[in-house]
Amino acid sequence: MAKKKGSATFSIPDFTQSPRIDKVGVEERVSRFQKRSIKKEAKMQGLRMALNMIDLTTLEGKDTPGKVKQMCFKAAHLHDVHPGLPTVAAVCVYPSMVATAKKEVEGTGIKVASVSTAFPSGQAPLEVKLMDTKFAVDAGADEIDMVISRGKFLSGEYNFVFDEIAAIKEACGNARLKVILETGELVTLDNVRRASDIAMYAGADFIKTSTGKIQPAATMQVTYTMLEAIRDFKLKTGIQVGMKPAGGISNSKLALHNLVMVNEVLGGEWLTNEWFRFGASSLANDVLMQIMKTETGVYQSSDYFSID
Amino acid sequence: MAKKNEKINWEYAPAPESTGHINLKEQYNLFIDGKWVKPNSGKYFDSINPANKEKLASVAHANEKDVDKAVKAARKAYDTVWSKMAPSERAKYIYRIARLMQERAREFAVIESLDAGKVIRESRDVDVPLACNHFFYYAGWADKLEYAFPNRKVSSLGVAGQIIPWNFPLLMAAWKIAPALATGNTVVLKPAETTSLTALKLAEIIEESGLPAGVVNIVTGFGDTGAAIVNHNDVDKIAFTGSTAVGKIIQKAIAGTHKKATLELGGKSANIILDDAPLDQAVEGIVNGIFFNQGHVCCAGSRLFVQESVADQVIEKLKHRMNSLIVGDPMDKNTDVGAINSKEQLDVINSYLKIGQAEGATMYQADCSLPKSGYYCRPTLFTDVAQSSRIVQEEIFGPVLTIQTFRTVDEVIQKANNTPYGLAAGVWTDKGSRIFNLTTKLRAGVVWANTYNKFDPTSPFGGYKESGFGREGGLHGLEAYVKLN
Repeated sequence: MAKKKGSATFSIPDFTQSPRIDKVGVEERVSRFQKRSIKKEAKMQGLRMALNMIDLTTLEGKDTPGKVKQMCFKAAHLHDVHPGLPTVAAVCVYPSMVATAKKEVEGTGIKVASVSTAFPSGQAPLEVKLMDTKFAVDAGADEIDMVISRGKFLSGEYNFVFDEIAAIKEACGNARLKVILETGELVTLDNVRRASDIAMYAGADFIKTSTGKIQPAATMQVTYTMLEAIRDFKLKTGIQVGMKPAGGISNSKLALHNLVMVNEVLGGEWLTNEWFRFGASSLANDVLMQIMKTETGVYQSSDYFSID
Repeated sequence: MAKKNEKINWEYAPAPESTGHINLKEQYNLFIDGKWVKPNSGKYFDSINPANKEKLASVAHANEKDVDKAVKAARKAYDTVWSKMAPSERAKYIYRIARLMQERAREFAVIESLDAGKVIRESRDVDVPLACNHFFYYAGWADKLEYAFPNRKVSSLGVAGQIIPWNFPLLMAAWKIAPALATGNTVVLKPAETTSLTALKLAEIIEESGLPAGVVNIVTGFGDTGAAIVNHNDVDKIAFTGSTAVGKIIQKAIAGTHKKATLELGGKSANIILDDAPLDQAVEGIVNGIFFNQGHVCCAGSRLFVQESVADQVIEKLKHRMNSLIVGDPMDKNTDVGAINSKEQLDVINSYLKIGQAEGATMYQADCSLPKSGYYCRPTLFTDVAQSSRIVQEEIFGPVLTIQTFRTVDEVIQKANNTPYGLAAGVWTDKGSRIFNLTTKLRAGVVWANTYNKFDPTSPFGGYKESGFGREGGLHGLEAYVKLN
């Protein structure tokens, strides 16, 4: 089967033959990234990049327009005491909150991402998922974060998963599609690799680790496995796909380790928020705290950083 | 929002390990009979830092008389104290040495990197912890030798003469000294001339540990010093790690004498990638196999065999990975590949790069800048080579990999074994049955499956054919230092 995306034509591989992943080897490789010592200007550059790559997220049953408005204000005004800081990349909300968010971030350059496809479980018929997606897109979402059908994946119905992603991609129109694999439910790295391949060949603009509702979420082992898949896909098709680890990246050190990993596996072409995002709610303040510490030499109390 | 095809250049700022805490003397004497004594010759030589060619310290050059003095001290200590001591007491001394080393791990790591050119990450995370672990491990065996060799009467040999190489200076000292002491022998050890400093620091720790005088003697010097140890009549055992050429000389010299020997020599080990291997991890294994410690590893996976159906993919991934290696100052915590140990070794490596190109092989080097001063070599690989190429046959002992392809498993087994060496091998496959098939047929002392260059004190290490004989490490390592009746 051949598929066209933009100007590229490529054939769809047999996903049962996706490359095998050796977990022990992955752990070893990841520990090398964790041993990188990022200091001085490199640290500052890394922290600023991290800030600018955050999808500031609220995905709760109790979300209200009030909560979303406050978060959107924070997204554009991370820490006004310190002028010249970048904003986050996007805010990430449920479809029902997209319109509110869109209005709040207008003119800031911040994108609005919406989860969809019966997030987080994905246990709904395709029609519902398509409607969910269209609703978010119509409300102004710039980006759609969909979940794959993990049950179907685990029962070996790879074509179902593929077709579903392709259908959602079509429904996205101009919105960029992030495909959430929910790696905590896929369990093995072999599965993570196969699901990454399926998502990219089906048209994902980004692949994303987790919903944030299942543990473990974005471990470095999982993210590393997905980065290698992205690299192989680029080599095979020439198409660049983005990466979004989400869930569990709550401090600067982890964020920097992730960026080191992107830098060394994929290279500087991926080190912008066009191609790399952190899905996180509490990361921003820790990064801000580190930036202030690097500049002033002392840690400030968390009370100096707003918590919207 | 970032522009679509922007490329960010994120270079890591220098992160040098501090050297302020280390304690290095300007001049080191010989450690004989528990005392620091001047060399009989009055001669000293410089130990330099290969990363910047600066002098670190001057070191005594021991001659035959000094060696004789050291052997006599070792004999006296053996006869009067060490062989008579209760094994459980011997164990306490060995544990104490291990703990003191651990307490000074940071200082050892820094000095090792300064003196040998190896990267601080490796000396900190590999060399020094492993060296400590060897002492801990063998301390445990000291009072359990009758369980190691059931129904045999175990006795020690006497004085062990030990000569070690420059690639893992402290670790090799530990590999040699720990089992010798645990089995009740006394030691005269000579470190390599380019890397004497950590052995001398170890002597300071041994002094501090209160180990009875003469049980361990450290004599520094060149080949003549080593020859004096090998040829001394009162040495009962020679343990040597180094080149095959010197190993042959030693074997000739001790032929017909009572001396026992273990020789751990060169290698040209095969690292085999089968088509079903987890390729990204295999690429990492190739990198660890050949670029670990600048390729100054006797068991380095220097001959890569890749199954033809995945060869292009593996080579492409390997080149990409090579370009992400940081080559440079060994003291920087982010450096992956450090300095070549000496000018002599760099000349050897460079001569092989010329030979390879002259043979018509295709050379690829990592795209990295090298520091201006000091001895460095870019990570290098050669394709278009055959079993008959010299760079495939001879040990280069540097960051130079040769890549051959193969079609079937039988073919690769034949080619992997088609070498005078037999130290190590690596096998990469997703199938357990293929691992067992290969490991039983590869004639190498160590075969790693889906990993490479992993060491542990509990695991024996040693070679087939011209890679030497005898095993070090584990229970097997005890056997080299005992008489069994």
